[in-house]
Amino acid sequence: MMNAMQQSPQPRTVLRAENVWKSYDGGSIAVLKGIHLEAEAGETVALCGPSGCGKSTLLHLFGGLDEPDRGRISVNSIEVNKHRDLLRLLRHEVGFVFQLHNLIPDLTLEENCLIPTVAAGTSRTIARERLRELAEFTGLTGRLGHRIQKLSGGERQRTALCRALMNRPKILLADEPTGSLDEKTSATVFELLLHMAASEGVTLLMATHDHGLAERCDRLLEMRDGRIHEPGLA
Amino acid sequence: MIFFRLILTNLSRHRVRSFISIAGIAFSVAAMLTVVTVLQGAIGMFSGILSSDSEIIVFERNVSDLFFSNVPGKVAEEIRAWPMVAHADPVLFGIVSSADHPIITCFGVTSEDARIRTATWIAGNRGNFALYDDDVVLGSRAAEFLNATLDSHVPIGHGVFHVIGILQTANGFEDGGVFMPLSAAQSFFHKDGSSVITIKLRRREDATAFKLQVKEKYANLIGLEDAEFNRSYSQFRILKATAWAVGCCGLVLGGLGVANTMIMSVFTRIREIAILRVNGFSNRQIALMIFGESAVVSLVGAVAGLLAGTALLYSLKLVPALDGYVDVSMRPPVMLIVILLALLTGVAGALYPAIYAMRVRAVEALRFE
Repeated sequence: MMNAMQQSPQPRTVLRAENVWKSYDGGSIAVLKGIHLEAEAGETVALCGPSGCGKSTLLHLFGGLDEPDRGRISVNSIEVNKHRDLLRLLRHEVGFVFQLHNLIPDLTLEENCLIPTVAAGTSRTIARERLRELAEFTGLTGRLGHRIQKLSGGERQRTALCRALMNRPKILLADEPTGSLDEKTSATVFELLLHMAASEGVTLLMATHDHGLAERCDRLLEMRDGRIHEPGLA
Repeated sequence: MIFFRLILTNLSRHRVRSFISIAGIAFSVAAMLTVVTVLQGAIGMFSGILSSDSEIIVFERNVSDLFFSNVPGKVAEEIRAWPMVAHADPVLFGIVSSADHPIITCFGVTSEDARIRTATWIAGNRGNFALYDDDVVLGSRAAEFLNATLDSHVPIGHGVFHVIGILQTANGFEDGGVFMPLSAAQSFFHKDGSSVITIKLRRREDATAFKLQVKEKYANLIGLEDAEFNRSYSQFRILKATAWAVGCCGLVLGGLGVANTMIMSVFTRIREIAILRVNGFSNRQIALMIFGESAVVSLVGAVAGLLAGTALLYSLKLVPALDGYVDVSMRPPVMLIVILLALLTGVAGALYPAIYAMRVRAVEALRFE
């Protein structure tokens, strides 16, 4: 009995949304209408749905960038808007990847990736070692000194992925990470995303339009009209 | 390092804007340095006249300007007899004018006066001073602008005077002035005494006792050591305050330039600030970045301003009319204060932009831009 428990530990819920409501413009635009969602450690979850259905809003709530009108959002069992230290959440617990890479164009790839480590006060040696490791993994080693303007779309998104993982967060929130890429590059970046999530033991919550890619996640959730519909496990 | 790169990157993105801000601070610093240095130099020269081979000056209590002070003639004689006094020189200050020169400083002095004794006589003989009431000695610059030579006659005020000597001192006021025998000056300015008496003591330690004795014997007079006088003389205080006020006005203008640059800088990169926030930058780090940019602008501006100001002061020194009036010796405290004021101005200019940047909500910036 004891042996069996050690071999397959109880899955741990790291992301939880309970009856979450969110609206804009003083309540006139309701975006989330009683969302319930749970994601376990190491799980990859895709949120699919049309534009404006609330996918990005939900990701922002999990990242502590916004607050729900009602309901509870918890990360690692701590309610986000009651999180003792929101900075700690952003620095160490979650990483963001956006549709538009959101890199600083005048800085080099290396400098962009080091930004989260500057925020977190990580030592330069440790930060550079981590970057070397991630760059090798994503095939960007030869591009570290290049400015963002000199990189292709795929390279930029891979850079954004590296940046998101610099401080070793255990949760990755990806908002249409392949939305601005062509089909081939999109597939490559998505493959990398899944691969890195698996190798780093990261929980991935990803908003996407692309059902083909979404189906490759552990779970696919459909969002429509501010609510989640779970069609079944992938 | 990356933090510093973020600061520099943003400044280099808008080079013209950054340059204009730096130039604004540089001009302000140069103006402040020039005004303060010139006025402090002028004050130094004036106090130098008073402290020529003396350490205490005696003058009328509560006068707003030494030109209005009147020390009775007999007082100098009495003080000279005090055992602690090495010498006591009455000096009468006056302002006269000639046809082309509305302001000429006039010194009524005795032949024993330190200014006459210690100056370099370019022409004439010191022994001839004060033999006749219409004799004058000119400072070298005064001789130049009055086109006077030895033995010539110059119109000064309502009289014509015989030039019996030309002397040179290190002091611009004295070099641009006219030295008259004290009795002639008293007659010329309708005074029976002098403006001040400059005192040299036998022992410097007797200064307190001397001042006390002046206070006891002459209720209307006051004796001050040179340093005390420089600190307390209202005209000096007004001049110093004016210099710093003018300089500070310049810096405020420079600060407004920095504020404008920083506001534009923050407004045009709301999204970038949002990205930094999403990557864990705290309010303090965001504010430090903004203040860092303004500090770089201010510091570079201050250094450029100090260099420009120094060059300007050296140029002014080369102007013949200002020779001796401009003291270009850079005082480290003044330079330090100017740099600190420039930094303070820059930081103040970045205050609103920093607060604005701290209030940027990442979610809104990322959603709508």
